[in-house]
Order: sequence, then C-alpha cells, then structure tokens
Amino acid sequence: MALPNKPTWELLAEADLSKVPVEEHDYDALIVGGGMAACGAAWEIGKWLPDGATCALVDKAALERSGAVAQGLSAINTYIGENTPADYVRMVRNDLMGVVREDLIFDLGRHVDDSVHHFEEWGLPIWKKKGSEGKKLTEGGEPVRTGKWQIMINGESYKCIVAEAAKAALEEKGYDLYERIFIVKLLLDANKENTIAGAVGFSARENKVHIFKAKAMLVACGGAVNIFRPRATDEGKGRAWYPVWNAGSTYTMCMQVGAEMTMMENRFTPSRFKDGYGPVGAWFLLFKATVTNGAGEHYIKSDACKAELEKYAPYGTAPVTPTCLRNHLMLFEMKEGRGPIYMDTAAALKAFLDEKEASGMDAKALKKYWKELESEAWEDFLDMSVGQAGLWASMNIEPEKVGSEIMPTEPYMLGSHSGCCGIWVSGPNEDWVPDDYKWGYNRMTTVNGLFTAGDGVGASGHKFSSGSHAEGRMAAKAMARYIRDNKDFTPTLKQSADELKAEIYKPVTVYYENYEKTTHEMVNPNYIKPRHMMERLMKYTDEYGGGWSPYYMTNGKLLDIAMRHLQWLREDAEKMAAGGLHELLRAWENLHRIWCVEDHLRHIQFREESRYPGFYYRGDFPEADSKTFEEGGWKCFVNSKYNPDTGEWEVMKKPCHQIIPD
Amino acid sequence: MPSFVNPEKCDGCKGGEKTACMYICPNDLMVLNPDAMRAYNQEPDQCWECYSCVKICPQGAIEVRHYADIAPMGGYVQPMRGTDSIMWTVKFRNGNMKRFKFPIRTTPEGSIKPYDGKPSPGADQLDNELLFTESDGTRATCKPSDFS
Repeated sequence: MALPNKPTWELLAEADLSKVPVEEHDYDALIVGGGMAACGAAWEIGKWLPDGATCALVDKAALERSGAVAQGLSAINTYIGENTPADYVRMVRNDLMGVVREDLIFDLGRHVDDSVHHFEEWGLPIWKKKGSEGKKLTEGGEPVRTGKWQIMINGESYKCIVAEAAKAALEEKGYDLYERIFIVKLLLDANKENTIAGAVGFSARENKVHIFKAKAMLVACGGAVNIFRPRATDEGKGRAWYPVWNAGSTYTMCMQVGAEMTMMENRFTPSRFKDGYGPVGAWFLLFKATVTNGAGEHYIKSDACKAELEKYAPYGTAPVTPTCLRNHLMLFEMKEGRGPIYMDTAAALKAFLDEKEASGMDAKALKKYWKELESEAWEDFLDMSVGQAGLWASMNIEPEKVGSEIMPTEPYMLGSHSGCCGIWVSGPNEDWVPDDYKWGYNRMTTVNGLFTAGDGVGASGHKFSSGSHAEGRMAAKAMARYIRDNKDFTPTLKQSADELKAEIYKPVTVYYENYEKTTHEMVNPNYIKPRHMMERLMKYTDEYGGGWSPYYMTNGKLLDIAMRHLQWLREDAEKMAAGGLHELLRAWENLHRIWCVEDHLRHIQFREESRYPGFYYRGDFPEADSKTFEEGGWKCFVNSKYNPDTGEWEVMKKPCHQIIPD
Repeated sequence: MPSFVNPEKCDGCKGGEKTACMYICPNDLMVLNPDAMRAYNQEPDQCWECYSCVKICPQGAIEVRHYADIAPMGGYVQPMRGTDSIMWTVKFRNGNMKRFKFPIRTTPEGSIKPYDGKPSPGADQLDNELLFTESDGTRATCKPSDFS
C-alpha cells in the first residue's frame, strides 16, 4: 500500500496554476447565494431591470436543494394574515429583548404574505382548517395556525418549488445561473471609494476560478454553523440544527469589504430535541405539550421561575416569554441538577384523545383520529429533520408512550430565525423611517451597491423562510433602482486575474509544496488541514466564548484569551492546505467561520451587559441593562466595522429608535 | 456514515455531472468514483441527513445509517418520493414498523410559470417600495401611523 501522504480526494485540486483557467464575467446585477432570499431576488429582479440588462445567480450548491430550507419545512413561521405589521414588530421586539430595527421588521411585515401566496400558487400544500379545504389563502382559505404567526404546510418540497420558480424566472429573462461555484471574496472598485465592483470564487467541480464584475450585488448566503463546539463528538457533528453548510460567508465577505455590522453579539442557541435537533414548535404550539424537569415538575410555572423572569421585565413578564429567557429557565433547572428536561409528548397526545373520547367519539373514529394525530407528529420531523425521526426509531421512541429530552444546542449565528446578528442596512426610503436608518436604497449595506437579505440583515429576526424570500425581493427591487441611478458606472477591479487566482488557490499551493514532507498527509508541520482548523476554532470558542460546555458563560478575561486564539487562527489560516476541490471549499468556509466568530466575540466583549440570558452570559456583567443609548446604557445597537485599508476594527454604539408604540 | 450507497444498486448514473446525488448534495459530499462507477459520501461527519441524495437517487441505492456517535443501531428511515407525494418507512430498533404518506406539491413538477398573468409595472414604479405583484392601497403600502 502507498504511504498515506497523498491526497485522497476524488476531485483533485490542480497544483500547477498555469493549468487553472480564469473565467471572467460581467453583469449588471449579481445574486450570490441560493437560498430563500436569493430565490426571491431572482424572481423579483426580472421585473425591474430594464430590457437588455444582465443578471446572474451564483450558488455554491444546486438551487433545488440549497440553503436552510433544503430538507424542507413543516411550517411557515411568518404569515401575518389577520394580524398587523405593527403587532409583528411588537412580537419581534419583545423576543429579541428590545433592541431591533423596527423599520426593517415593519417593512418586512408589509410584504411577506405576498411571497406565501405565491408559494401556494406554485404548488406548496398549505394546511387549511376544516371547512375551507381546497381554498387558497387568497380565496379566503383559513390556514391551520399553530401560533399567532405560524401556519402548517406539507413542506418536503418547499425549496424545490421556490427554486423552480426562481430558475424559471432567470430562464425567461435570459439571466444566468451558475451552480457549484463558491464565491469566497468580494472586490471593491479600484476608482470609486467604498463601492462594490465584483466577487471571486471557484468551481467545486473543475479546476477553474471565476471572477464576476457587477454594478450591484446581493450577498445572501445564510448564517454560520460549526462555529462553536457541537455536542456530538463524531459523525453527529453533521446533525447541526441549522444547515451545516452555512459557513458565515455572508457576514465575513461583507465585513471584509468594510460593511458595517450590527448586533453580531446576538446568537441563537435553540432548545431542541436532544441530539436529533428535531423541531419543537409544533409540539409546543400544535400539540400543546409541556416541558418538565427530571422530577416531572412543570418548572416554568414555579414561583422561582416567575421571580427569575421578573428580573428581565418588561421582556420577561410579557405574555410570550422571549426565546432566550426560556433557555435561561431550562439552564437554571439543569445547573441545579434537576434534569433531564423533557417534552411531555405522551401527556400531550393523550390529552387530545381523552378530549375526543369525552366528547363521545366512538372507538373506530377515535382510532382514525389517532392515526391522523400520529401522522402529523411524525411528519413534523420527516418534513424537515429526518435525522430526528431516525433517532426516535433507533431509540424505540414512540411519542405517545414516552417523552423526549430537549436540550439547548451549540450556538449559531443567524439573522432570519430567532436571532438577529448581521449587517447594518438601509431601511425603506420613506418619511416614517428615522434618518439614521436610511441611505437611499432599501437593504443596501454601508458599501455602495452591496445589498443583503435573509440571514444577512441584522437587528430584524423572525423572518424565517417566507420573510427571507420577501426580503430578497425587496432588496432586488432596490438593486434595480441603484443600477438605474448608476448606469454610467463601470466596475473596475484592483487586482489582476492572476493575483486573484493565486489567492484563491493558495491552500492548494501550500498543500502541494509540502505534502510529501511527512509520511502522513494529515500530520505535517508546514500546514494545517481545514478540518483541524475548524476543530480548533470550535474548541476555543466553546471554552472561552461561552459555548455549551461552560453553560454559555464567558467574561472579559476569557474573551481576551479567545481573541488571542482567533488571532493565531487567522495567522495559521494562511497555512491552510487543500489537496482536493472539496477541501479547498472547506478551507475557504473555515476562513469565513473564523472571521465571523471574531466579530461575534468582539461585540460580546464590547457590550458590557448580558442582553440575552440563555443565549450567552457575561459573568462580569450579568444584568440586562434597561438604560438607552441617550442615557448611556446598553439598550442600543452595537455596530462594528472592519477597515479593509488598515485592517483595524472599530466597535461602536448606535441609538435604537422605538417606532411602534408599546 | 450518515448517507451510504449500496454498490449493488448504484450505477453512477452513467457518470460525471449527471450523477444525481453528486448534483444535488447541498454540502458537496456525494461524489462519483468513475473507475468503479459508484458514488460515495466523501465526508460522512458533515452529513446533515437531509436525505436530498436518498430522495433523488433513481436506483434507490442510497440509504442512511444514523450517526454512529448518537444512535443505537438498527433504526431505519427510508423515503420513496414521487411527483406529488412522499412515502416514508420507519423501522424501529425493536423491529416495529410505521408507514406514512404525505403530499408534497399540488402542481406538476416543472409547471411553474412565474410571470404568467402577473403585472409588469413601468419604470416609473421603481422609486416606490411596492413589489411587482403588489398594488397601492393594500397592506404593502401601510405605514406605522395606520396602526396608532
């Protein structure tokens, strides 16, 4: 057998750069990403760009199963319906502890339902209440609401449907779709200050570098996963709650060209079914299940828990407890040794059956009813988290017989779900929007021509799948406006094609210069493998940045150590080595991870309070401050900005305006 | 190793870009070995168990062996995805079986005409905040003061 000092990847990376061609492209509009936001943008932009304009969408995966909805979903979590955008703002504001961009949230609330109506038109099955089956939402069909904002769907093919519409739109307009090209770096214009001009990436299928020039660009590549040590120790690392392929690319690429970031201290630490990370929303809302501690007590109703929530008034005492505080109460039970925490699925399902029996349902009808109920319970997993169904099957768990453990996961960075980290963007150009919230083009970052949506937009969580799609559309229209207003702009890159190629392929060069210097390619003092880079990052973020192992606790001293490790990680990233195209993809993803976590921890370090108890804690500043920016407090945004010219970071406070009254 | 390929069923889809699992995997895991004309999962510990490869495989050659560090052996979940519905077989470690069938879409695959019958707003509409399918005087143009 040959010595194991050779690359084993099926698709090898080319060591001789003269054999790696560079393909250069020039477009008016470029969409980077392939998830819900990018698909929304692809559909909308075709109606606003003038005839003859050019546009392309570049996805690192295949559009049909790309992004967070790849596997499917069992619910659409944002459908305003009979509610109002103002109430939507109130819900999001309370869940995110008061510090949100109300203009962005209100704006989204105005448009999100239109996307949902189109999903249904295109073929997404949406559950309807008895009596309005077969009627579309637009025809007065009443959706099955699980909560005030959520509606149930048969969503296995949700993303396939949305992607089909996006692809058909691109095709009809003569726009281009590139799949399996990973954009890894944005490029500023050589002449016009603070203005986007292009992006560069590479193919995961052939040895080729792609350089795109564009007048305006939407970057919507999701949040960040595998940035803190996962609870699983081996294969189960793949069973991240959020999609494991989201590598923080949106945040890092925009940050690196100087886009101002906001609320990067925010993270989402979901409490989910232990290990399989199956969704809990339907169990709480549809099946009305309760959560118990190891002693079988409904601890949330205890006096101790009520007193704990009062500490975080008005958020903690609101009718709906914020997500972070629900975690906080759970962690309190666990730390006191009163685990495990159980979702009481058996009692919940039994209550439904008892109710039907008491109402006089006969045995045969009851059996049929149970089959429907059981099917709904399993569909919730099979539509969006098959691994959880597999875990139940592996552990002989039948939810009607036994409850299941729930557990807070490792932290994730995202801006579309119940978190709100991301990029500081302009709100809509309307009178009611405060002046410091708008600069002409909706969802444009502080870099001219650079737009984002979905997980990319900060300080406005709870968009979920539908809101991300709608936000992609909103950004697309604004991009068309920007292109019209800058029609004479010709993007010019600072770097030559060869310089960019050498930079993109550097991990390949490092690998082939060194791989034969030891007898095993994984152990080599001259380079570090992307896999090891990620493991090291996750170890230190966990230990010093408040991961699950210290119960999400950190402090200023611990963060100083974390920052030192991040500095070393960034230096060592120069020595990342990739022998195959897949490994080159991983190398760039991990560079993206390192940068976005660094910004995350810089924000936590700067914010001297614990804004989101249950998501993370500053041991040295355990309180959540109620004083505003004007009062010198922390009820304000924390923004940060990386200066691409000097390499320096600036972290600052920004005032938070209340637009919708309490 | 989360998703795995049965070598007796896999025919490599005749190769290259046409290999269905390789085309669809959102995490670039499935890859074809052209010598054996068989596909495999090249990084099992980064598999989300999203089942995209399992669902798309024309030979039914791909299954999932659940995460070795989490799941006791013997559980099995396998779909058969059609054009309008999906059938799931769930086999428990103790041998119990359950089967479920769910709708997945109400229209034929490939039938979406995203612009048919939709408005085409003029260039003069570019300066407002309405999306192309929306019209004035609806929720799309509301303001916070409408709710105070």
